[in-house]
Amino acid sequence: MPFDGFMYPNEVELQWSVLIVLYPFLTGLVAGAFILASLERVFLVEAVKPTYRLALLTALAFLLVSPLPLQLHLGHPERSLEMYLTPHRSSAMAMFGFVYLWYLMAVLVVEIWLDYRKDIVLMMQSSTGLKKWIYGVMTLGSKNISEHALKVDSRVGWAITLIGIPSAFLLHGYVGFIFGSVKANPWWSSPLMPVVFIFSAMVSGIAAVMLLYMFVTKYRGKEIDMRCVDTIARYLLYTFVIDFSLEMLDLVHRIYEADESFRSLDFMVHTRLYLSQVVIQIIAGTVIPILLLALTQVLPLNAIVRKRIYALSGALTLMGIFAMRWNVVIGGQLFSKSFLGYTTYKMGFVAREGLLTAIFLTLLPLGILWVLVKLLPPWSEKDAAAIPSSLSGQQAD
Amino acid sequence: MNVSRRKLLVLLPAAAVAWEHVLAGTPENSPNYKETEHWWGMLLDITKCIGCGSCVRACQLENHVPDGYFRTWVERYVVRDWGFEHISVDSPEGGKNGFPAVTGEMGKSFFVPKMCNQCADSPCTQVCPVGATFVSPDGVVLVDKKYCLGCRYCIQACPYGCRFLNPDTNTAEKCSLCYHRITKGLTTACCESCPTGARQLADLKNPADPVHEFLKTHSVQVLKPHLATGAKAFYNGLDGSVR
Repeated sequence: MPFDGFMYPNEVELQWSVLIVLYPFLTGLVAGAFILASLERVFLVEAVKPTYRLALLTALAFLLVSPLPLQLHLGHPERSLEMYLTPHRSSAMAMFGFVYLWYLMAVLVVEIWLDYRKDIVLMMQSSTGLKKWIYGVMTLGSKNISEHALKVDSRVGWAITLIGIPSAFLLHGYVGFIFGSVKANPWWSSPLMPVVFIFSAMVSGIAAVMLLYMFVTKYRGKEIDMRCVDTIARYLLYTFVIDFSLEMLDLVHRIYEADESFRSLDFMVHTRLYLSQVVIQIIAGTVIPILLLALTQVLPLNAIVRKRIYALSGALTLMGIFAMRWNVVIGGQLFSKSFLGYTTYKMGFVAREGLLTAIFLTLLPLGILWVLVKLLPPWSEKDAAAIPSSLSGQQAD
Repeated sequence: MNVSRRKLLVLLPAAAVAWEHVLAGTPENSPNYKETEHWWGMLLDITKCIGCGSCVRACQLENHVPDGYFRTWVERYVVRDWGFEHISVDSPEGGKNGFPAVTGEMGKSFFVPKMCNQCADSPCTQVCPVGATFVSPDGVVLVDKKYCLGCRYCIQACPYGCRFLNPDTNTAEKCSLCYHRITKGLTTACCESCPTGARQLADLKNPADPVHEFLKTHSVQVLKPHLATGAKAFYNGLDGSVR
């Protein structure tokens, strides 16, 4: 029997699979990467400049893939456009299409285009054949790169980033709301859910961009800018502490309030979710990276050790945040709404909603990012880590 | 009205979208049936249910419910004392073929027929991203399977576990209160097949319906009242242990 105790007969089968775990994970990376990019642009944190363009391209690559798990999960994917044509206004999910489009078309694509416009025009002028045509299309006919035009680009880009920050919060906060507003499910139903989702998104996005920057820089045979990664790691630590505090607040609140669902959920955390929640999410994916990152703040460690610590804690962080999404989505379906039984989730391997699809969808954004980086290099080859402020190349001079 | 060809080309798709929106909210109908004159619910009398499973079988036949899924089911509670650990509940195959004898320590035992509660403020309707599930003007929560995306948000939102994804149509499904029957003046398949009258279709807008007399004179309750879903499945003799 796939379940213990008593489940309502329709509950035995899980409705939301690993693809729905992937969906908040991917959108979280988008929101987090964008917020890291905005640190440089709006909050003028110069040190993170080398990651500015990479963060934007990462956000775009993951954003392009984020609706795919949803689409693959639908019983009738061919009807998904109905969400745009006849949206049900009281449904949190119906707003997805609009929030997504707003973020993609009004924020991310515009910001990237404005930032790269000068480069696109220059690349168009220096290339031939198909490449010239592609860059020509990407200029959208706007080929004026006079000093004045670039100043205007920069000013508009700044405003877009300013709009982008609340939009990134909206994108992921709303994903949290989809779960947090389900009153039938006590594991999800919490006003803290959107806030926890936003902070965990920032944590995962910052960790992902930090890892990508370190990997890509190594791959290019360049020196990692330590001022940059030190700063990113510091921001990662701060947001992680806030995120962990919020999650613990939620936990303490549940334990202290101990409502009718508590015994059932408590049992689940100590049995079926023990590995993914206590071991992977809390210990390996949160406490250890926080302690490691904190170590780099208090001990005078040399650059090599710091780099290794950042790489390890970044990887553990991503694993922990994925486990957090897993525990929310899958965990929320493992217990009966009668609070008298528990079911199990068996993930297929080669199936529409199986492990292979999930792995493909996780790697796909990295493939897209590779293409984007080839098309729109976030750095110019003459740049070196020693002069990090010139890496971005976004200045209008 | 003078409409140019260009204007017409713009207006037509807009009109098509608007018409689709209107159709999406229209339940199937019968002549002479006025939706606004009814407000449907159900009375379920736990003191009368014998757990024979006739209702489950009748529902499956009437509504072509696939095996392993349930628009209605029957649960058996055995309560030996107070608290969590003294309650045991079972519903083998949704109670379709009745129940085996209780083994071990006995206590009070009773059957609870379950079905969609036809909530007036239904959480499933609230969350549907396209409005494929909706409350009809006569108070029945319905699913338009030609419109449902199969996202399963409604299944997550139902506190009573009444919904499932039909594997044949890949759309959400639930008890429709035999809408195709009640709009023709018939009762539901489950009510018709119940040998003890434990289930009674109730028209809460019809003053002549005996349900009003019953509700006035009996202590009735809805499931999970703290969730304020406006449930219209009223239970007589509901024990506090029922979830």
